[in-house]
Amino acid sequence: MTPVIDLQNSMVLLGRFPALTDLTMLASKGEIIIVKGPNGAGKSTLLRLCAGLLPMKQGTGSVLGFDLTTERMSVRPHVGLLGHKTGLYADLTVEENMGFWAQISNASSADKRSAMDLLGLKGRLESVCVRNLSEGQRRRVSLATLVVQRPSIWLLDEPHAALDKEGKELVDSLIIEASKAGATVLIASHEIDKVGLNQKRIIEIAGGSVVSDTGESHGKENNVT
Amino acid sequence: MLRDAWLIAQKDLRIEIRSRIITNQIAPYTLLILVLFGFALDADIETLRDTGPGLFWVSILLVAILAIQRAVDIENSDSAQDRLLLSPVSSFSIYIGKTLGLFLQLLLLEVLMMIAMIALFDSSVDDFLLVSATGVIATIAIASTGTLYGVLATGLGVRETLLPILLLPVLAPVVIGATRAFGDAFGRVNADGWAWVGLLSVVAVLYTLLGMLAYGQLLEEA
Repeated sequence: MTPVIDLQNSMVLLGRFPALTDLTMLASKGEIIIVKGPNGAGKSTLLRLCAGLLPMKQGTGSVLGFDLTTERMSVRPHVGLLGHKTGLYADLTVEENMGFWAQISNASSADKRSAMDLLGLKGRLESVCVRNLSEGQRRRVSLATLVVQRPSIWLLDEPHAALDKEGKELVDSLIIEASKAGATVLIASHEIDKVGLNQKRIIEIAGGSVVSDTGESHGKENNVT
Repeated sequence: MLRDAWLIAQKDLRIEIRSRIITNQIAPYTLLILVLFGFALDADIETLRDTGPGLFWVSILLVAILAIQRAVDIENSDSAQDRLLLSPVSSFSIYIGKTLGLFLQLLLLEVLMMIAMIALFDSSVDDFLLVSATGVIATIAIASTGTLYGVLATGLGVRETLLPILLLPVLAPVVIGATRAFGDAFGRVNADGWAWVGLLSVVAVLYTLLGMLAYGQLLEEA
């Protein structure tokens, strides 16, 4: 089967700093992968590379069959990225933010309502400005905007940060549901114990390269150099 | 494509209405500039009337810089720009949407400032159509250039300080043309205002086309 993410000896520069060096990894459809490593290891850069937001300096790579060197912009509409920041507009209400991102993603109003319902955003929170929400609530809204987008690849950077126990369980269930529906999920986390998923593959990166890969669900195809 | 642009413009306008920065901070700043010019030029009403068109457009440029920085901040403060890049929306639509939002805000400020100028300087408009055409076309040039340079300055990482230095020289032809056309419309200079509007139109079209071509690449770098 063609891998959804195929990176071979990839190198990414942030300015002149090589944030990823000689990184090789494969990911298949429906897989859940935890990318762990210390601060500055290159986890977020890896997610941004897979999202098509960063250019590759060396190596080869493709995401969903799109070449990351020549077609990285084509990758973007198929990817949902939850970064350290939420990507929301602080002066708009939860409803307005959801409405904007749903319309921009060509999602229906019903999809929007269903995503809000799923993330517990209906009712009291709908008319509240995002600036007045707690960090955890903002995280939920941001996740809801991803759900409404229905991406083929979920790229989640510390998705459990600032969430309470209920929120973390909700995120885990969303990830499992997305994976069952065929989406590939990459989760960057330096606190792996916070990720409560059982069926997961763990890739450890340090200094911009993969240092270990459990490759549990991927077999031989998954071996990492 | 135009639907996406309108969604972005609508979103920016909604944010401005909600935050009230335009009405509570930028509009009073605009009026303050006019009043201070009045003090600086003494109470010589004829001097104020003669220099009024120039003061108007210099003041508009100053407040435009604030509005442009604000439009850039809306996308950057919580990385919404990344989300836009990941959405199916083209960079062309983002550019048109941001320019349209800025254009409407600046137009509102110009109307307020015009009323204030007429009231404070006791000016009278001889050719209302010329004033309207000049205002709309010059504002298109300012908004299209401002949107482009806002994202350019973001990419260079020194937005607040560098933006005016980059932007003001590029907009010098707009200020000159708009001041001459306004001077004619207010009956203060002997110039062919419509010829200046023609020149402004060429500048506005060129700057908008340049913006459409360059914005996507600059957004990637930002």
